[in-house]
Amino acid sequence: MSTRPVGEIVAACEEIFEDLSFAKAREWKAAVPGRKVIGYMPVYVPREIVHAAGMLPLGILGGGADMEVIHGDAFYQSYICRIPRSTIEMAINGKLDFVDGMMFPSICDVIRNLSGIWKLLFKEKYVRYFDAPQNFRAEVGGVFYANEMRELRDGLAKLGGREITDDDIRRSIAVYNENRRWVNRVYDFRADFPWKAPSAEVYLLMRAGMVLPPGEHTALMREYLAAAEAANRPMRDNCRVVLTGAFCEQPPLSLIKSLEMSGCYIVDDDLLLVSRWLLTDVPTEGDPIGNLSRAFLLHSAETAAKYEPDIARKGSYLIDSVRKRKADGVIFAAPSFCDPALLDKPMIISRIEPLGIPYIHIQYAENSSQMQPIREQSGTFADSIKLWSAS
Amino acid sequence: MSRQEVVKSLSQVKQKEMIGRNYDRITGGTVKVSSTFVPGNLNELLMCFDIANNLPEINAIQNAMRKKSGEMIAEAERSGHSEDVCTYVKADIGMMAKGNIAPNGKPFPDPDVLLLSYTGCFTFMKWFELLREQYKCPTVMLHVPYAADGEPTKNMRDYIVKQLKEDVIPVLEKVSGVKFDIDRLREYLRKSAIAENDLVWMLESSKHKPSPVDCYFGGVYYMGPIFTAFRGTDEAIEYYKLLRAEIEERIAQGLCAQSPDGDIPEENYRLVVEGPPNWTSFRDFWRMFSEAGAVVVASSYTKVGGVYDYDGFRHDPDHPLETLADYCLGVYTNRNLPTRVDMLARNIVEYDADGLLVNSIKSCNSFSAGQLVMMREIEKITGKPGAFIETDLVDPRYFSAANVKNRLESYFQMIDQKRRAGGSAAASGA
Amino acid sequence: MRTFIGIDLGSTTTKSVLIDENLAVLGSGITNSRSNYDVAARVSKQEAKIAARFTLFRNALGKDAEHLLADLERNFRLEQFLSALRQLEETCMGYLDHPRFQGTKASLRRALESVFRKIEVEAQVIYAPGAARKSDFFRDIAGSRFMNLAEAASREADIPFETMLNIYDKSIIDVESLVDPDETVASQMRSGLARSLASAEGVGVDRAEALSALGKVLAVELEETYVVGTGYGRVRLPFPKEQIRSEILCHGLGAHRMFPGTRTVLDIGGQDTKGIQIDGNGIVTSFQMNDRCAAGCGRYLGYIADEMQIGLHELGPIAMKATRVPRINSTCTVFAGAELRDRLALGEKREDILAGLHRAIMLRAISIISRSGGVTNEFTFTGGVAKNEAAVRELHKLLKENYGDMTVNISPDSIYTGALGGANFALRAVVH
Repeated sequence: MSTRPVGEIVAACEEIFEDLSFAKAREWKAAVPGRKVIGYMPVYVPREIVHAAGMLPLGILGGGADMEVIHGDAFYQSYICRIPRSTIEMAINGKLDFVDGMMFPSICDVIRNLSGIWKLLFKEKYVRYFDAPQNFRAEVGGVFYANEMRELRDGLAKLGGREITDDDIRRSIAVYNENRRWVNRVYDFRADFPWKAPSAEVYLLMRAGMVLPPGEHTALMREYLAAAEAANRPMRDNCRVVLTGAFCEQPPLSLIKSLEMSGCYIVDDDLLLVSRWLLTDVPTEGDPIGNLSRAFLLHSAETAAKYEPDIARKGSYLIDSVRKRKADGVIFAAPSFCDPALLDKPMIISRIEPLGIPYIHIQYAENSSQMQPIREQSGTFADSIKLWSAS
Repeated sequence: MSRQEVVKSLSQVKQKEMIGRNYDRITGGTVKVSSTFVPGNLNELLMCFDIANNLPEINAIQNAMRKKSGEMIAEAERSGHSEDVCTYVKADIGMMAKGNIAPNGKPFPDPDVLLLSYTGCFTFMKWFELLREQYKCPTVMLHVPYAADGEPTKNMRDYIVKQLKEDVIPVLEKVSGVKFDIDRLREYLRKSAIAENDLVWMLESSKHKPSPVDCYFGGVYYMGPIFTAFRGTDEAIEYYKLLRAEIEERIAQGLCAQSPDGDIPEENYRLVVEGPPNWTSFRDFWRMFSEAGAVVVASSYTKVGGVYDYDGFRHDPDHPLETLADYCLGVYTNRNLPTRVDMLARNIVEYDADGLLVNSIKSCNSFSAGQLVMMREIEKITGKPGAFIETDLVDPRYFSAANVKNRLESYFQMIDQKRRAGGSAAASGA
Repeated sequence: MRTFIGIDLGSTTTKSVLIDENLAVLGSGITNSRSNYDVAARVSKQEAKIAARFTLFRNALGKDAEHLLADLERNFRLEQFLSALRQLEETCMGYLDHPRFQGTKASLRRALESVFRKIEVEAQVIYAPGAARKSDFFRDIAGSRFMNLAEAASREADIPFETMLNIYDKSIIDVESLVDPDETVASQMRSGLARSLASAEGVGVDRAEALSALGKVLAVELEETYVVGTGYGRVRLPFPKEQIRSEILCHGLGAHRMFPGTRTVLDIGGQDTKGIQIDGNGIVTSFQMNDRCAAGCGRYLGYIADEMQIGLHELGPIAMKATRVPRINSTCTVFAGAELRDRLALGEKREDILAGLHRAIMLRAISIISRSGGVTNEFTFTGGVAKNEAAVRELHKLLKENYGDMTVNISPDSIYTGALGGANFALRAVVH
């Protein structure tokens, strides 16, 4: 369909990624009077409902590697991670002035309390703390969650001044089903041909999906896959790793690049999970909210922010991913001061260690600039894996 | 008053006995034991199953006050835990590694059930997942949604009640072998409410001038029974009756609040404090206040195990499961920031305090994330100055006495200066 | 006359400011804090009194005396130096009675004598008109001269250099703890004036008038009506509690006295960074300090200077030569060294890295200011880092970017801000 070479597609994605004023989302909003934009923080929110309201769900993932934070530090002590302080900085500097509402998923206490800060500082905005269930029984957590989604639907309906029908939601479910299929295709393609789809590119492609309307993003992924398949890129003698722990505060792009440069192909990760959180298509027939709820309860990804009721299944999501993606090892990449990731890690390690899955641990902040130590560590890791598999 | 003259009051003696007996009960090996958390603890419910209630935060506090927590945290960090994360968790894990000895010198038994009351603190979830790894015992999660919009919703309440009915109670029945009797629960809840009335009276006694009690350092002791294993017992009722009589006597005598070394001679400052205390240097920390004549007339920490004064909550025997849900939803750290701001600002006004002091705790994001904004908002609302200090719960590495003292002194002097501000214009000349 | 003194005991220097009943600053003094705050307080207080006498002398003689005063001050410093040098010599000689010097006593005495005679001669040069001194502290000047001369002297006398150093090290501590009594100071001033009047033709002041004025000035009793201590060492001062004030309050009031229009004060000292908001009367309305890590305070620059093996005062001028300012994220002192070496290894220019580091520090400082309530009006920058031109440049940039154009005050006397505030508190304590 398109003739753009892969570099051009990636460059377009990078432009979206680097634009902290969200020009694309502003354009979308300005194109039709009355349009609304709803920001959301990492991990997972049911974007289908926002989309069904005719609004644009906009991923807010912190200020990235280059933004100087001044006022954000006035809000947070030094022992708190970086993403909330750069997010506040953006809000104070007017970068989010066009955002009509914000959704804060239940990741941890820091993001939870950020919802309160928003309420205190931006009283005119729609603020929704979105508590996902930690009870996974349909009649208990399922009912609670469905009702929370209904509250969200009604809140957005009020904000948008129009009703959101079940049919609206069903249509949006279909749009996101399609989007998720292409996301998974990109991930599958990268796992099969990691040299053809470098992780930095895949990441930028997925980041574009945090800003673009889902249909546009789907088209972009199709275009990228076609171009990447056609591109002639050399295969390198890299090991294959799964990156985990980076589900909230984003690692700098240079970190992702550094890992691959040092000899580790990332064949799976937990970055930008929102686009892959639901593991199956959501049915487009029947009660749409009930369907979204069931998909969450029964077919969703795992992170440290989600309770695992079954001790035997702890870590199984990562182990399945290692197996499915034929990974050689795991890189734990946790943001500094990230309670969920750091507290979860010892448990996950205790599951993968007996299976002989090698791993390393690195810590970062979204603005980490020193990549040399990380390259050294991951390079050594890659070398040791290669030596080990050769012997 | 010199240190030797400090005698324990009847209520203090009683509380000591109660705590001692509870540790003996937990370590005695004759009853089933549950581990659970202070915020959102379901003591009355556990009592219905004759299950003893062991609270890991309290153990961490006990270890910190005995100067043992530093080594325990180091032990946990050696075993792979990050320096960045909650030190309650690490003190608990380190304690297990070091033989899990209770304050009475006997080893803690492995818990029979982990009741994960996931209330107002994300870390609770990881903490009990970690304990489950160790004990491999039945673990039941009670997910208490965050009251993000200020008021708990019907959906939240229904969700909790359903979890109680369908998950928590069946597991406790199975673990204990005792059938659930809702009338027994009602009886305990009735007793809870009686003690809670006296507790609220105590909290509000600090409106007196001088305040007869310190509601932070002293408050920690007064909260003990209601926050831990005694809510719903006759002992708690008796304790709060004794305490009330003692405070009434102090008011009659016009006494100031107490310090670790006896009665404070003069009340110079009345403060509202946000955030938990530091436990590793608890007494030194307290003395920094008491020696300046600073009394804490209200604090948010005395609300972590339940908020009884702000909106008048009492356990309600007529709606036993619903009232447990409301209790959990209402604990301080499950309240949103605007509500916390309102609560503290009202405290400052109603208790005629000089201002808000925030003790920001490194370990506790649930409390700490957002405190700087809260402070500014409260300053705006009340017109009273705030101050900010930083310490940790049980990690001795994060208590810098000189640093804390410096800020406190500055704060007290700032209050002095503001009080004199009327006359300062003339003095300053220029 | 009644005077009111504020003493600011910092981690590196101790400062005193002396004011009169009319809030006029009569004098200020500074000394190195040593490891003895008590001595440092007494020395700096005496220095402030000396300065006060100079002020009184100037007031008595009027404008025409500027030239004489400059000359007098120089000659007085010379007298002071010579007097301290004599004390040092006596103390050194005193140590020779120790049994372990029995065999070498005579040659040591000769060697020391020759060194001190040479320093005495050099002193005339060190304090010659127009001569630049790196430091005014006796320890620094005498120490460096002694080191230079003792090596040769020990070689000539065939005694170990180490021994001479040991004797010096012991003695300088004793001498530093001595505070000249007022009478000694008075005689030094008289001798100084005699020198000035003898050597300088055309000082433009009548000799008799000058001598009489000095006599009157020296006769004035500078009564220490009230003394207030502040700064990091304040708790160790031998003061009653009510004479101690927090340095935050003193800084606020001191800055107000220097710049009455200021509402925001940033102080970056060795140990911490403070953001202070004050009202129109100099009363602190809110304050914030850096948290437990040293990131962004003066000490951080010290680490960097050590790491680069250059002097602290050279950092700013080097950073000013930068052509680009790279983004440096770690203001953590622990990581700063590693990041620095890394960047140097990657071929980045030293001046650019330093410029980046200065920006990083000032970013932290502006965050603390933001935390304390932002910048509302005139801004005053104090503390040792305020002398660093690269830091000041970044401050200007950041203030403009975040708060727009505004007045930024930096006083050449900014180091005395806390002591000045203390002196004003001392006055208030008595006047009220």
